[in-house]
Amino acid sequence: MSTLAERAVARTPRRLASRLGGLSDRAIAWLFITPSVLLLLAINIFPLLWTIQLSFTNYRANRPNAPLRYIGLDNYRDILADADVWHAMQATAHFVLWSIGLEMLLGFGLALLINRRFRGHSFWTTMILLPMMLSPAVVGNFWTFLLQPQIGLFNSAVAFFTGADPSSFQMIGDVALAPWSIIMVDTWMWTPYVMLICLAGLRSIPDYIYEATEVDRASPWRQFWSITLPMVMPFLILAILFRAIENFKMFDMVNLLTSGGPGSTTEVASITLKREAFEKWRTGHSSALAIILFVTVFGAANIYVRALDRVKQR
Amino acid sequence: MSTVTAHSVAEPSSLSKTIGAIIVSAYAIVTILPLAWIFLTGFKTPTDAISYPPKIISEPSLEGYVNLFTTRTRQTPDFLASLPAPQTWYERLVRSRNMVIAGPSKVVPRFVNSMVIGFGSTFLAVCLGTIAAYAFSRFRVPLADDLLFFILSTRMMPPIAVAIPIYLMFRNLGLTDTKLGMILLYTAVNVSLAVWLLKGFMDEIPREYEEAAMVDGYTRLQAFFKVVLPQATTGIAATAIFCLIFAWNEYAFAVLLTSGDAQTMPPFIPFIIGEGGQDWPAVAAATTLFFLPILLFTILLRRHLLRGITFGAVRK
Repeated sequence: MSTLAERAVARTPRRLASRLGGLSDRAIAWLFITPSVLLLLAINIFPLLWTIQLSFTNYRANRPNAPLRYIGLDNYRDILADADVWHAMQATAHFVLWSIGLEMLLGFGLALLINRRFRGHSFWTTMILLPMMLSPAVVGNFWTFLLQPQIGLFNSAVAFFTGADPSSFQMIGDVALAPWSIIMVDTWMWTPYVMLICLAGLRSIPDYIYEATEVDRASPWRQFWSITLPMVMPFLILAILFRAIENFKMFDMVNLLTSGGPGSTTEVASITLKREAFEKWRTGHSSALAIILFVTVFGAANIYVRALDRVKQR
Repeated sequence: MSTVTAHSVAEPSSLSKTIGAIIVSAYAIVTILPLAWIFLTGFKTPTDAISYPPKIISEPSLEGYVNLFTTRTRQTPDFLASLPAPQTWYERLVRSRNMVIAGPSKVVPRFVNSMVIGFGSTFLAVCLGTIAAYAFSRFRVPLADDLLFFILSTRMMPPIAVAIPIYLMFRNLGLTDTKLGMILLYTAVNVSLAVWLLKGFMDEIPREYEEAAMVDGYTRLQAFFKVVLPQATTGIAATAIFCLIFAWNEYAFAVLLTSGDAQTMPPFIPFIIGEGGQDWPAVAAATTLFFLPILLFTILLRRHLLRGITFGAVRK
């Protein structure tokens, strides 16, 4: 790292510094960036390297004095052959795809409507935004209350509109419904996120483009497909990528809502990882899984940053 | 004709506005309903809270809040009768349930932990982030893009994936379940957001201001403190609120690395237990108190929300 900082120092212009006295610009650049980078190295990169090392061992954190053995790629081989891990990946994929699909539809739709700038739209927008500011863990916890059969608000509301018996279904306890309850809560929470970003995309479209199509008598349908959607697309992609990354590593909300259950129906990747690492204490094994998850997220983050750059140019 | 001018895409027709208003407000009401329900539940008695069918209107009661702040023990009627008469309204309330207050609950220390860890980590992250953002914004840092990507990528890491070695590291350093450990950890997570957000704000402050100050005899550092920082106040405040919200809401690290002394609210709230399972009015009361600051912050942040959730990329 210090070599990087040194290069930073070397390439910073020194014109003003030498003239005006005080610290040189290169020294300031060095001084200003180093603390943050050091902190990240200590608290993020060092643990990551440690995880990589542990992933080649049979280490168990609850038995720190047991002999440490390097077992090569065995942990990775076990994980890739582990049916439970593949099941978790499927559960994660189901969760990520459905939640993002719903959030996209609802979020984009709401953004289109809010963009009509009716009276009071900013008040309603703020109301809609609230869920995404809340703690996912606390949200997961109180939804367990709302989703209780009989006493919960959700079942009663469904019963009120469909006439079904409110105790005839269990959103959290039922193997078929539990995956949908985590999708529903996530959609409730994060639709505003997609909406907000889509709204920014819609507002970045200059009015004159629409006015031009108006002159050409293009139908609203045509306007939507050939102007609105393509112009909002970079923003939508940004929102999708970020939600995909976040939901891929989703832990807090699911842990409190279903904690992976019933059985392992809603056991998404992070929950499996937590069980392996902090319940079964298979530290080496879980480190390998952590590395696999990390590499996936890191790859996606790379694409995300490129999407950010594209939006920034607008 | 007037209809021709009214039908412009830049200004939607009043019918389409009305339809938009109806659908959006309906969605907003549905979305707020769960939160309103939690708020109401905080003012119900435990029996009303779990009644079937759910009661929308019930006798308002502060039992949830009393239960949240106290620990109670159940006593025999004989013992209760032998006690002196209750002095306060909350003692009377607890007595009416055949219980006596045994002492304060842990909610206040947990709330204080959330505040100390939240403000501590926010302060550090914003300080570090401000100077780093200034350097990235003003100086030609080699490999700046790679460094910035590195900084952002640390925020994307799955918390559980780094939690294992952080757990081991904290255990070796004696930082497990300490406020200092949590402050350092949250600072590290927040500093990436702070750098990215503040770089966006700094980029918007014209360089000419500092350059003029430096021509007037300021050093670079003086220009930074006396010219740039005052200009960046709004940005710094918005960034601080985002950092605070993250630290306030964080659960994964908190649940794995704290258990007592440094435990924050999110891992604490789900374990507010009454007789026979979760004490829902007390949980709802805690949730309400926990959400109130966020409500305030959301309103304060409205204009900067977009920036915050896109790491400063989307400005308006």
